[in-house]
Amino acid sequence: MPRPGGPGVQEKSKDFKNSMIRLLSNLKPWKIIMIVALILAMISAILALVAPDKLSVLTDTITAGISPDVDKIYEIGELIDSNLGEEGKQQFAICEGMVPEIDKDSTIALGACSQLNKSLEVIEVDGVVISVDDQIKFLELVSEMGDETGTKKALGLIDELPDSIYQLVKPSINMNKIKSISLLMIGLYLVSALFSFIQGFALTTVSNRFANKLRNSISAKVNKLPLRYFDSHEIGDVLSRVTNDVDMVAQNLNNSLATLVSSITLFLGSIFMMFVTNWIMAITAILSSILGFILMFAIMSKSQKYFNQRQEALGEMNGYIEEMYSGHNVVKAYNGEKEAMKEFMTLNNELYRTNKKSQFLSGLMHPIMGFIGNFGYVMVCIVGALLTMNDVISFGVIVAFMIYVRLFTNPLSQIAQAMSGLQSTAAASERVFEFLDEKEMSDQRDMKKRLNKSQVKGAIEFKNVKFGYDAGRTIIKNFSVSVKPGQKIAIVGPTGAGKTTMVNLLMKFYEINNGQILIDGVSTSELTRENVHEMFIMVLQDTWLFEGTIRENIKFNKEDVTDREIWEALRTVGVDHFVKTLPGGLDYVISDNDTISQGQKQLLTIARGMVADAPFLILDEATSNVDTRTEELVQKAMDKLTEGRTSFIIAHRLSTIKNADLILVMNEGNIIEQGNHEELMKQGGFYEKLYNSQFEKIG
Amino acid sequence: MIKLYKNLTKREVLYAIICILLIVVQVWLELTIPDYMSEITQLVQTEGSKMADILREGTYMVGCALASLVCSIIVGYFAARVASSFSATIRKKIFDKVEKMGIAEIKKFSTSSLITRTTNDVTQVEMLIGMGLQAFIKAPIMAIWAIMKILNKGLEWSILTACCVAFLLFVVGTLMAVVLPRFRKVQKLIDRINSVMRENLTGIRVIRAFNAEKYQSNKFKDVNDELTNMQMFNQRCFSVMNPVMNIIMQGLTLGIYIIGAFLIQEAGMLDKITLFSNMVVFSSYGIQVILSFLMLALIFMMVPRAQISAQRICEVLDEKISILDGDFDGQTDEVGTVEFKNVSFKYPDADDYILKNISFKVNRGETIAFIGSTGSGKSTLINLVPRFYDATEGEVLVDGVDVKDYTQEALHNKLGYVPQKAVMFTGTVASNVSYGDNGREEITRKKIEEAVEVAQASDFVLKMDKKYDSHIARGGTNVSGGQKQRLAIARAIARDPEIYIFDDSFSALDYKTDAVLRKELKKYTKNATSMIVAQRIGTIINADKIIVLDEGECVGIGTHKELLKNCPIYKEIALSQLSKEELEDA
Repeated sequence: MPRPGGPGVQEKSKDFKNSMIRLLSNLKPWKIIMIVALILAMISAILALVAPDKLSVLTDTITAGISPDVDKIYEIGELIDSNLGEEGKQQFAICEGMVPEIDKDSTIALGACSQLNKSLEVIEVDGVVISVDDQIKFLELVSEMGDETGTKKALGLIDELPDSIYQLVKPSINMNKIKSISLLMIGLYLVSALFSFIQGFALTTVSNRFANKLRNSISAKVNKLPLRYFDSHEIGDVLSRVTNDVDMVAQNLNNSLATLVSSITLFLGSIFMMFVTNWIMAITAILSSILGFILMFAIMSKSQKYFNQRQEALGEMNGYIEEMYSGHNVVKAYNGEKEAMKEFMTLNNELYRTNKKSQFLSGLMHPIMGFIGNFGYVMVCIVGALLTMNDVISFGVIVAFMIYVRLFTNPLSQIAQAMSGLQSTAAASERVFEFLDEKEMSDQRDMKKRLNKSQVKGAIEFKNVKFGYDAGRTIIKNFSVSVKPGQKIAIVGPTGAGKTTMVNLLMKFYEINNGQILIDGVSTSELTRENVHEMFIMVLQDTWLFEGTIRENIKFNKEDVTDREIWEALRTVGVDHFVKTLPGGLDYVISDNDTISQGQKQLLTIARGMVADAPFLILDEATSNVDTRTEELVQKAMDKLTEGRTSFIIAHRLSTIKNADLILVMNEGNIIEQGNHEELMKQGGFYEKLYNSQFEKIG
Repeated sequence: MIKLYKNLTKREVLYAIICILLIVVQVWLELTIPDYMSEITQLVQTEGSKMADILREGTYMVGCALASLVCSIIVGYFAARVASSFSATIRKKIFDKVEKMGIAEIKKFSTSSLITRTTNDVTQVEMLIGMGLQAFIKAPIMAIWAIMKILNKGLEWSILTACCVAFLLFVVGTLMAVVLPRFRKVQKLIDRINSVMRENLTGIRVIRAFNAEKYQSNKFKDVNDELTNMQMFNQRCFSVMNPVMNIIMQGLTLGIYIIGAFLIQEAGMLDKITLFSNMVVFSSYGIQVILSFLMLALIFMMVPRAQISAQRICEVLDEKISILDGDFDGQTDEVGTVEFKNVSFKYPDADDYILKNISFKVNRGETIAFIGSTGSGKSTLINLVPRFYDATEGEVLVDGVDVKDYTQEALHNKLGYVPQKAVMFTGTVASNVSYGDNGREEITRKKIEEAVEVAQASDFVLKMDKKYDSHIARGGTNVSGGQKQRLAIARAIARDPEIYIFDDSFSALDYKTDAVLRKELKKYTKNATSMIVAQRIGTIINADKIIVLDEGECVGIGTHKELLKNCPIYKEIALSQLSKEELEDA
């Protein structure tokens, strides 16, 4: 349903705060579920924050298992050194050819080597026996390593250490710790996922139930509003509140609320965690993201502007196309195509322009976010590296921060989205509540008086009735007339003379301002609306049938109507044969685009009136768009309906007018003449002119 | 859908190609970033690395990120441009096509469907291009490239990633299979709830008169509950999506680390560091792979919708236009005549003829009227004159020339057509009355005022706040039905045509206005020919010629008096509306 201003225009709410409060107070029945869901969302977000910390411990554990045990190497080195003694050291140097004047292969060197073997003793470190050969091998490798510690070459040499020593110094990951952390993390992830699922499930349930309730209250409200409301509001407007607006409220509420809670938790939590972990790194991460955020918000507000313009342009385009397409025959017959194309191109260009801009700008968000993430990453790494080198932090902290940076940048854009979602929710809920707040019909609980329709004789009297649709403008001034049971009253007048006003007053659709309408001497102001309605059969010009079977349409809300009675009514109006030819007979489902003609529909509504049965009748005779043969049938049915009832007939047929007991002539809302045909013709007033105009010769 | 994309201009294709190239560059850059990451990680990890090295690698990485950002901004710009100019072109084409259509084609599609095809469907296709140029191209390149990067970095990790992707696809697939059919049902239920509410509102007087409020609100409640349950089911299914996606991504990272721990434990000292940095890199590539597949899955969810839209657009663009222009410019010696020569008409796919063998001629200044029951073909007949339809057999001549020989513009310049349902455009009273182009001078203010006066509309127009410049709302909702009809008649009068065509244009008017209007019109346009379709005998009683139609056949031609004597069907119609004496009086 297009609403004025075009479909889907993102509207700003008039009073965001109050609308939200009102909205939330309407959610009270689900208060507990919602609070639980939101707490779960928060916990789930917090768990997502704890996880990187654990991941950093995991990384640290692995890192710890990569570097060889340098202290051990030194310890072993010192042990061997002391084992060697000063003499041994010299012999080792000679043996290894490290003394310049002695060749490595010379006998002196070999002698030194064998001497070395003998002078060394087997040592034991941490219960591991290191043989003499291993000790020599160790010494060789250490001397080869020289000053190069921590390089690749050095690491490669460690691999070559004799097994006994290698076992002592080789890096080892604490697998037990890995296992326990992993298990913990799996647990965290599962719990977090479970919570987020429960939260989603719960909020979905709440928002749908809420939407259900809103729709039902709108439906109930429709029945409580005075007809005045519907006469001055478009159907499309109410419809769009039932579907679009309610949907908007429910959907956005569902998404935005949870997102908002978890994003804010994530955002604040990640800042908190960053500072707890390391404040220098935290400041680095925040500073390196801040510029990006500023840029992002600037773009977002701009793109929102173009997006709104785009929606407006789209709305206008929709409206224009609708006009041109539905008036296609006129556009063609009046050669309006060129003009139409010109106007269309203006709108199309505007749409192109705003479309391009809004798409481009909104498309920027994602890449910019990505860049902020990467930039933050590098900054964190650089500062982190500096700090690691100075042994302020461990490598695991850097890993944790890599994730914090991501966790920290994501929620902001989500918060922004959720906020604009809540804006539309507020705007939509305002429209729904506005409708629900409309003034209802007067209370009638105190009305105890009741007329029994089977005992009502059918007299009706208007006594000094005054009425106006607007407070300042009285259109029916002091109208009095008395109608006896069984009389026929014709209401005539030119188009727009206010003939439906009479229907409105008789049916108590509108309250009269002054005076009284009396049924069998009882004022209708003392009777409930339902009681008044009961006493009238109303057949209007617009044949209202709903989607449902013929039986349902004829019975309508009246219970205990047998099929026999229905057929009886159908026979009386002469449509029984037609119904029999339909597939399923009474079970035939009437739908929107049906083959049932306007005239047949009119006959069915007359049959419905017959089944309802009441002492009074209101009948709108107009049978435009009905072919002449059906029209005759309709007229016969109408005549049948008037038999024995006090009838008010909005007359279009001369025969009706002429044999009416009373004719009410209306013009510009007011009743200007009353009397029977002869009397009015004699008066020579408005009626006489109206009547004669039908036969006027032209020219 | 591919057919539709042939509508892309050369420039748009060029832009699209630029986009693709830039995306390749962008993917390369984005996938290089993890390399630098690993380099940086390794440097940070290894003792004794120089700060300068870290800074250098960091600069490279930021450089890559920046270049990638620039690429995606350019891609975004071109994509937005291509998508919106493409959609603008398609919209124009559809609009142009619809303007050229005859009533038959418009009816075939229905107006509301044509409107959605021009706006919503185009938007759907446009979205696919806009997204497609970025995500649709990027996702597979990204996925393949990322997979290649990690394939030789560790079999165990690759297997884990593959498992995660498979699980992801399984979840998305199952979800789609369950939810998609229900989505359609939801759409239907929304229509249904709309229709019940519409029913409640349009029938509000009847419902209240029958005290049936409860009956109707129960009906509403049933549909409402059904809708709520269906929608709730769908959304509940979707609430699985988010946690599962998170689990997959977190699980992948964790899994890579756990596997990594074991591998590192087993490896020799020299391999440990390499393995470690591979592990860090893998965890980021692995996420990329998963994200790419997720993106692909989402796009595949979009494609079918766009496909349907594209089909609907193509249907309109491919529709053959049945009414083609002639080349006669309209200069005739004869003026104001309309002649039907053995005209028959049926709809292209129909079996039965709506009009059978109709012949008559009406001369300048005469009034011809058509009467008959609904479905007798009188509206169809009159619609053959402005060529809303073309006669299946026989000829329709205006001023002695076959209507098919005229250019439509020239033909329409001779006609003043007033439809059954008055059409108003947004604008003012004056702009509505002077609407269109009659091939002569522009319609003056004086002419507008005269036309409004003749159409019996001046009394209410002068009461409006800005008189002739008063605003007319969309669809003319701020004037009543009778007023609209009178303005529509004024529009025809202002056009000053040779031939008036009134397609049941008087039935919204009451007898009095109807009579006065026709009298004034006759006075004002003495030389113009009028063709009138009517329901009411009163409207046509004074016509020079009345044609009585019954089931597409002409069952009587003559004046009112003649027909009363020799046409039983006419007499039947007349008697149903007027009494015997009244008929004789007239």
